Amino acid sequence: MTATAERPATTIFRRPRSTTGLWSWLTTVDHKRIGILYGYAAFFFFVIGGIEALLLRIQLAQANAEFLTAGAYNALFTMHGTTMVFLFIMPASAAFMNYLLPLLIGARDVAFPRLNALSWWIFLFGGIFLYSTFIFGTSVPPVSPDGITGNLAPGGGPGSFNWLADSPDGGWFCYQPNCGPLYSPGTAMDYWALGIQILGLASLVSAINFIVTVFNMRARGMRLLRMPVFAWMTTVVAFLLLFSLPIIAVALFMVAFDRQFGTVFFAATSGGDPILWQHLFWLFGHPEVYILILPAMGIVSEVLPVFSRKPLFGYSAVVFAGAAIAFLGFGVWAHHMFASGITPVAQAAFALATMTIAIPTGIKIFNWMGTLWGGRLRLSTPMLFAIGFLAMFTIGGLSGVTHAVVPSDWQQTDTYYIVAHFHYVLFGGAVFGLFAGMYYWFPKLTGRLMSDRLGKVHFWLQFIGFNLTFAPMHWLGLQGMVRRTWKYAPETGLEPWNLAVTVGAFIIATSIAVFMFNWYRSKRRGALAGMDPWDARTVEWMTPSPTPEHNFSEPPVVTRLDHFWHLKYDEDEEGRPVRRPEADEMLAHLEDVGRHPTTPIHLPNPSYFPLVMAVGIPLVFYGIIYHTSAWGKALIVVGALIMLAALIGWGMEPLEEPHEAHEPEQEGVEEESGHV
Amino acid sequence: MSELATAAHLEGETTGVENRKLGMWVFLSSEFLFFGALITNYLLYSNRAGFSGVYPAEIYDIPFTSVSSFVLLMSSLTMVLAHNALSRHDQNGARTWLFATAALGSVFLGGQVFEFTEFVVNYDMRLSSNPAASAFFVLTGFHGTHVAIGVIMLLSLRGMSRRRGGLSDSHGMNLELVGLYWHFVDIIWIVIFTVVYLLSAPPA
Amino acid sequence: MLRLIRGATVAAMALLLGACQLIGNEDAPLTTFRPAGPNAERIDDLFWLVFWIATAIFVLVMGALVLILFVFRDRKKEDAREPKQLHGSPKLEVLWTVIPALILAVIAVPTVSSVFELTGCEDDSMRVELTGHQWWFEFHYPDQGVDTANVLVIPAGEEVCLEMTSDDVLHNFWVPALHGKRYLVPGQTTLLRLEASQPGEFWGHCAEFCGLSHSLMRTRVQAVSRAEFDEWVAAQLAPANLPADGTPEFDGYQVFLNKGCTQCHTIRFDDEASSNIVLSELFNGPDLTHFASRNVFAGAVLPEGGETHEQALARWLADPPNVKPGSFMPNLALTAQEIEDLIAFLESNT
Repeated sequence: MTATAERPATTIFRRPRSTTGLWSWLTTVDHKRIGILYGYAAFFFFVIGGIEALLLRIQLAQANAEFLTAGAYNALFTMHGTTMVFLFIMPASAAFMNYLLPLLIGARDVAFPRLNALSWWIFLFGGIFLYSTFIFGTSVPPVSPDGITGNLAPGGGPGSFNWLADSPDGGWFCYQPNCGPLYSPGTAMDYWALGIQILGLASLVSAINFIVTVFNMRARGMRLLRMPVFAWMTTVVAFLLLFSLPIIAVALFMVAFDRQFGTVFFAATSGGDPILWQHLFWLFGHPEVYILILPAMGIVSEVLPVFSRKPLFGYSAVVFAGAAIAFLGFGVWAHHMFASGITPVAQAAFALATMTIAIPTGIKIFNWMGTLWGGRLRLSTPMLFAIGFLAMFTIGGLSGVTHAVVPSDWQQTDTYYIVAHFHYVLFGGAVFGLFAGMYYWFPKLTGRLMSDRLGKVHFWLQFIGFNLTFAPMHWLGLQGMVRRTWKYAPETGLEPWNLAVTVGAFIIATSIAVFMFNWYRSKRRGALAGMDPWDARTVEWMTPSPTPEHNFSEPPVVTRLDHFWHLKYDEDEEGRPVRRPEADEMLAHLEDVGRHPTTPIHLPNPSYFPLVMAVGIPLVFYGIIYHTSAWGKALIVVGALIMLAALIGWGMEPLEEPHEAHEPEQEGVEEESGHV
Repeated sequence: MSELATAAHLEGETTGVENRKLGMWVFLSSEFLFFGALITNYLLYSNRAGFSGVYPAEIYDIPFTSVSSFVLLMSSLTMVLAHNALSRHDQNGARTWLFATAALGSVFLGGQVFEFTEFVVNYDMRLSSNPAASAFFVLTGFHGTHVAIGVIMLLSLRGMSRRRGGLSDSHGMNLELVGLYWHFVDIIWIVIFTVVYLLSAPPA
Repeated sequence: MLRLIRGATVAAMALLLGACQLIGNEDAPLTTFRPAGPNAERIDDLFWLVFWIATAIFVLVMGALVLILFVFRDRKKEDAREPKQLHGSPKLEVLWTVIPALILAVIAVPTVSSVFELTGCEDDSMRVELTGHQWWFEFHYPDQGVDTANVLVIPAGEEVCLEMTSDDVLHNFWVPALHGKRYLVPGQTTLLRLEASQPGEFWGHCAEFCGLSHSLMRTRVQAVSRAEFDEWVAAQLAPANLPADGTPEFDGYQVFLNKGCTQCHTIRFDDEASSNIVLSELFNGPDLTHFASRNVFAGAVLPEGGETHEQALARWLADPPNVKPGSFMPNLALTAQEIEDLIAFLESNT
């Protein structure tokens, strides 16, 4: 931390200085701006993934429909799953973590701001790389082992939108050997495997950054067990990523090597074991489920207390339950494989392990209800979404227990029952939680409130649409509708429910449109929020909104859990809060100091190099896909050189420019920093 | 930036471990799982009977690999010496030992290139021979890549040390980080050498 | 806006109610709710046990949640008192750790015991070798020497052991009325025991995504009495009828011989010379010797929507990949006459 004391010998690399305009966004290392970028990108992919879902639902609204070709259908469900998991929920959670983590722990920024920017750019280019498969990818007709080809264009057969078929179509789970070189020739699955690899890299860098931030950057007095639950869940998720990503990295490398360089890891004809892929995939994939849900649990744990005007019930139980879920999450992967022919002993063991996860999950749900109990519940939009989360997630949790009952799972697995279950967990859970967070922290972002009326319209539409979409899927699954099915026969009797599901999907889409309108309008014309619109409890509200670039003029000195609340409220003999007489004065003072720092504050300088470095990565990966051609090899070299150049620049650029001290209200006033 | 020490953070709650060092430890913990998965993968396939082609365990040249393992082990020693030299402000010593470390690492890499060539040319064991061969090449190949990255980092550190003033305190931290990484790569090799070379046998 | 919500709610409710009529839908041949054998019944019992426990928990939790929302809603009264600041209760934490643990223990016991009971096969049960292909199931009865496809015929009241493997990618054999699912893994053998208590026809489906036409990889299980089964075996072992010269069947036979069908499809006749036996494992389509004895074909997809066997066959032969995208049975550009003859020939092979 004392490294600032010295200027590097070279000054040929100047750090960028723009604070506004395009360049400032391209070179920013500010965790808040990076959070915003993550958020918008994630939402963009949410809309794309949603459109994919709607197309799938149109196809399934009728038995034997021929709206999409089989190839287009397979590609769309593959990309829908991949998009929602890797390009929507994960980056949306990353958006919250980036924006909030330093604020929640009273820090000025994350531990490694340039690495933070690097994660974001890698994520963005990874997403673009993955989606470029729609332009460049190919998916040739299936080839049987002897080389007979089907006599169709990719996908082909009855239906429209066949141009979509030239994209990854092996499922987001990429089960081998179907998504291996023999049965998924063409480049589309390469785009998928390498795209996920890039996205994993972005998450890994973030995870390291967040862990170091939490352990080293907390404000004075912010002991670990005084951190807001969202900061805790961020930490837990970072560890989950840290330990699960290397496993999927290995597995994806194996797939890529099988496809590109002729290894035979999963080729049954050469002795490879296709089931090994499933072990590796779910060893990552199950922790991944908690990577998706825990941030939302953190958000809900922030929102419920504020709108109940009570502290979180059983804070440490909620925190430890979160950690326990994460820990147990590494020991249950094979419950995704109960039908794969693993031994009965293994099935029994994984069933028991899976059941134990219900216990910490239950602890969380009961503690949230304990938080509501006896509170003064203000049913504003964030609260509605948090309660919606609680209810929907409970359903998802209960249907999850039925999967732990192995024989029952033999009937349910690979049917729409599973689709219903995980949408209750990931949409009813994670997405409702994320929306609660968006309404709750919107004022932090913009200084304005989102319209509560429109918010409620959004909530009810989404709530009704959601249940109409996913509740019938339970029945569909139990009535024998298998997953990933392009067509079903009219004789199966599945049509009426499927129609209802499709109607529900369009109601959800409408609700999202309402949300987008609300966001757009509130950003311009929403009511001014002031510093503390919700009478909140945690320290991120101790600084003006929108958050100043330096976060806190004076980082808080934390004395207890819910520090901010206790600055505002005292308790009477009955244990009821009484507003301190000096509270309003304190708020006014905080707002004034927040806008006008008394001492110059050094902020990390922007940098070009995260962006440059991230540009190199997809180039190398494009090169790997086309490595047999000369220009493919050239791309690898060019990409590697760009990365090397960025690395050198990264290392050589001055740690800090001769400082412009940060003076938010007096732009352009330069002041030599006094640190040398 | 970690380097950006504002007064407030100095007073804040921290582990006391410098950010970059903590970051490196965290990163290496992830790397352990990366190699753990690769090694497990090899063990799963290495003695499964019925593959066509040569099993890696049939053609290991243990004396040769022992020597190259010893070389890599020694490079950990020279890395420690480089670190010691720098903490004594012995710029020349640090420079020498860094170079020695890089050189030993390169010798190890050369050995690996030789070994791979032997396997492919003399024994016709290729990536596509069987899953055991695939797993062997991918595991040791990734390890070799890590060594190569380490060598590049060592050489760039040495390159910086040639500038006026030599390796400064802040570069001392860099050296410590590279050292951590280098020791990690060595430890992983010890595991690979033991488990993959010495303890694995082809199916009976 | 409120009116809109109300309207939407009413519409949704109406739809739900209408759909509720269909829950007990008897016309859902793939339903898991009508188990027809001891294995599926055991699973069904287990499902309902867990279902009712889960429902009880659901009602309690949701009831409590709704109650809380109703009682503690902020009514925005001026004199409303601030809530007591409860921070937690170790007693409650213990309580809601222990109670779920106990409930789970109750579920765990039958789970574990049934896993062991329902896995694997009895040693003396009849074996059927099942091979998955993109996109159809092939059945081989090693003891009887019968080869067939798409339709699995089993004796009712007896356990049949499927020894399953796959020729290409992963498949997953699922007949909901008889048992849960089990993968077909290339290079490995998995076991699945099936038993139908009474004669009947049961639908099945490949449940693991297996490529382009995964949704069209279906199957049927026909359980028949032991006597009928023995008859069926005898009939299957009999050779196909070699059609007499000059009949439409004979013309169809010529089409079969000359248009490329013989590359993949076996038909065994009395006389060794006329038989076409495909030995290549690579060129492997369903054995057509007793094609017409199976009520469904093309991955048990056809006939569908009320068409006859002949109509479906005409549609299929005209352009197989258009019915089943990616099908390895190519469009052989048969003329209408050729198709007609071929149908006559194939339908004569009962």
